[in-house]
Amino acid sequence: MDELCLRMLDRFQHDLPICAQPYQAMADELGCTEEEILQRLEQLNQRKALSRVGPVFEHSLAGASTLVALAVPAERIEEVAAQINAFDEVNHNYLREHDWNLWFVLTGPNREHLDQTLVKIEQLTGLKPLDLPMLTAYQINLGFALGKDSQVPT
Amino acid sequence: MTSTLSLEQQQQLRRLLENGLPLTSRPYQAFAEQINSTEQAVIEHVKDLDQQGLFRRFGIVVKHRALGINANVMLVMDIEDERVHQIGEALGEAPGVNLCYRRPRRPGWPYNLFCMVHGRDRQAVEAHVIELLAQHNLQQRPHHLLFSTHAFKQRGGRYNQNKTGTV
Repeated sequence: MDELCLRMLDRFQHDLPICAQPYQAMADELGCTEEEILQRLEQLNQRKALSRVGPVFEHSLAGASTLVALAVPAERIEEVAAQINAFDEVNHNYLREHDWNLWFVLTGPNREHLDQTLVKIEQLTGLKPLDLPMLTAYQINLGFALGKDSQVPT
Repeated sequence: MTSTLSLEQQQQLRRLLENGLPLTSRPYQAFAEQINSTEQAVIEHVKDLDQQGLFRRFGIVVKHRALGINANVMLVMDIEDERVHQIGEALGEAPGVNLCYRRPRRPGWPYNLFCMVHGRDRQAVEAHVIELLAQHNLQQRPHHLLFSTHAFKQRGGRYNQNKTGTV
């Protein structure tokens, strides 16, 4: 990753202008060409390092979401993780070091939809989900620091 | 063509936005063509959503693991209800804390404050968390570090369950 790419990531994980030519706007601010910006984004995409360019929706306003954990027996992890991944409502499905070892976020249009999904998950896996909806957010996430101090490999 | 979007077009646009802008010079023009609207109407609608506070942020969303940010811990703590807001706000502003949320306790789950800390490796993240707890005088509070050892799925949320974006 070159210096332009790092500057692009440090500046534009938030506050990307909403305008007809957003990549041109990025280029103008970073002092390069739109083509150079699109190249860097394509490169990130090819490295599977780009999720997308666009909004991260505010969960509480965009619909409902909750953090869910399952305590999955070690021998069933792959099977249950695949069952969970198959739900369109699921994102960020992680294995973590704890008895509650499978952690994922459920999103949907409303809380009722999430309740129904939790019931389906319990029926499908035979495991009782821990349902931990957000009560208060104390921080606005502006993305990851990737500048020179963070020594990101190129 | 009208300058405002129908409800169906709004839903289609929402789904397209969740999947991200195309990497082309005029991404909203591309969206407009997919939902049979105009570039201007699409941009106006996205700006409206932004002004309504629907976006937490708007920009490049990276997959941190592919960028060498390999260690990720969920620090969970049991903080007294009377001061959970104070501690939450302090930790939310602390360097290296990407997310800080209060969540309910449950039977068998005593923790009510959650912080996400990311970094290049496990040792660095663990040291950072220990320092964070010490700085805020929280070492004696029940807490646990849940390192993630595998990501089975990592993508943005889908709020609109209608598959209307794929027209």
